[in-house]
Amino acid sequence: MRNNQGPAIVARGLRVVRGGRRGVVVIDGMDLEVPAGQLVGLLGPSGSGKTTLMRAVVGAQADVTGTLEVLGLPAGHPELRHRVGYVTQAPSVYGDLTIRENLRYFAHLMGAPETDVDRVLREVDLAPIGDRRVGVLSGGERSRASLAVALLGTPDLLVLDEPTVGLDPVLRRDLWLLFHRLAEQGTSLLVSSHVMDEATRCDRLVLMRAGRVLADETLPELLARTGAADAEGAFLALVEQEEAAA
Amino acid sequence: MITRLTFSTASRVLHQLRHDRRTIALIMLLPCLLLGIVAWMFADTPMVIDQFGPLLLGVFPMLVMFLITSVATLRERQSGTLERLMTTPIRRADFVLGYALAFALLATLQGLVLTAFAVWVCGMDARGDLWLIVGVAVLDAVLGCVLGLAASALATTEFQAVQMMPLFIFPQLLTGGLLMPRDQMPQVLEWFSRAMPLTYGMEALRDLAAGADLGDVQGAVGAICAFIVGALALAILTLRRRTP
Ligand SMILES: Nc1ncnc2c1ncn2[C@@H]1O[C@H](COP(=O)(O)OP(=O)(O)OP(=O)(O)O)[C@@H](O)[C@H]1O
Ligand SMILES: [Mg+2]
Repeated sequence: MRNNQGPAIVARGLRVVRGGRRGVVVIDGMDLEVPAGQLVGLLGPSGSGKTTLMRAVVGAQADVTGTLEVLGLPAGHPELRHRVGYVTQAPSVYGDLTIRENLRYFAHLMGAPETDVDRVLREVDLAPIGDRRVGVLSGGERSRASLAVALLGTPDLLVLDEPTVGLDPVLRRDLWLLFHRLAEQGTSLLVSSHVMDEATRCDRLVLMRAGRVLADETLPELLARTGAADAEGAFLALVEQEEAAA
Repeated sequence: MITRLTFSTASRVLHQLRHDRRTIALIMLLPCLLLGIVAWMFADTPMVIDQFGPLLLGVFPMLVMFLITSVATLRERQSGTLERLMTTPIRRADFVLGYALAFALLATLQGLVLTAFAVWVCGMDARGDLWLIVGVAVLDAVLGCVLGLAASALATTEFQAVQMMPLFIFPQLLTGGLLMPRDQMPQVLEWFSRAMPLTYGMEALRDLAAGADLGDVQGAVGAICAFIVGALALAILTLRRRTP
């Protein structure tokens, strides 16, 4: 087992400004704890700050203040670059290379063994077309190629920004099964989505709205607390509660 | 400074180019075409190509390489691959030096092709040592690459990126001593000229064309090398792991 005693991510009074000096405060005073070895869903409407939070966690975001610890180290710590896999919302792989060439390059960077290339190709179901150029792939194939890169070297924490968007139901089910398998092997996962149905697939949910955490619990806990029938209903109930209080 | 990951990156960049044959063809043939036009224009006065050919051997490839590197790095920024790279263990120096290495290799090939074309097709007969001319011309092309790498940090859109060349290169070409000898320029422009990398690249090639040897141009060559190192350092330091 891996050294996953503490939480995977801890945020205290986290504040993030996007867009530089004249930018906007996207996250203002967030407290959050993401447990290790679990599949945690980050759900929230478009523009609520999911990508911003993830960029802060992987150390790609400037102007982050407050406390943000990842695997017990400050976010962006050099040691974390070996231990955290990140999938950006828009697929980020080289269009003029084949899938395999992309994977070989990133495997070198991560210090992952060559054999990892074939393993991750199988895991995202791209093995038969590994030698195809990324530029000619369909949207779903390309996003799986991007996901495959993050799986190289078996990171301790996977930060996946809408990895299942635009995929068919069968593929989506397969990927969620893969995520669960990884969690069982001790990987911590933070997976964002703005499709509330995907809540049922997660061990735990973080609901975000306008840069704040509305809920941070398991789905049954959330449903019991709000009396709603599903995640979408629970989200709406929480929004209404908040608006009534204001 | 140069590590395993530098070479991985250089090899990745070359692989990308290998899939793009037309770009390779353009890099190799475009300078030949331009030089060919000049040689043809002055076919009756071969002295012109003997005198200015070596200079063009440096200038044309430099322009091409500047554009290619600045577009390549902009593409890397916009496709999100740079954001992803910066979350991996790659060092910023690996990224910049990897690009520089890949394009320096290309520049060397380009320099050899262009010189062969100049000598065998255009009949260029420079007075100085031909290998020295090739060497300085390639150095100029490498200078173009690294200036492109450094300049691309300032561009955030395609429109800005394509204007980096007129912004960075044209003023240097104008004051480089081709249009007017440096000592006849207004004082301020002369100072500007002395502070710019291209001036030394053009000076060395002009002197070599006129029969100078290594001893005569080593000062200028040293200056080019110093500018290459400086531009690389600038490109590395302006690359950010965290972006707004
Ligand atoms: N560079 C920027 N300058 C100003 N505002 C920005 C910048 N980048 C992002 N924003 C704003 O920050 C907010 C949060 O953006 P973010 O990308 O984190 O949302 P998200 O929850 O990931 O949305 P989606 O589900 O659509 O991906 C948005 O309102 C967005 O407009
Ligand atoms: Mg997003």
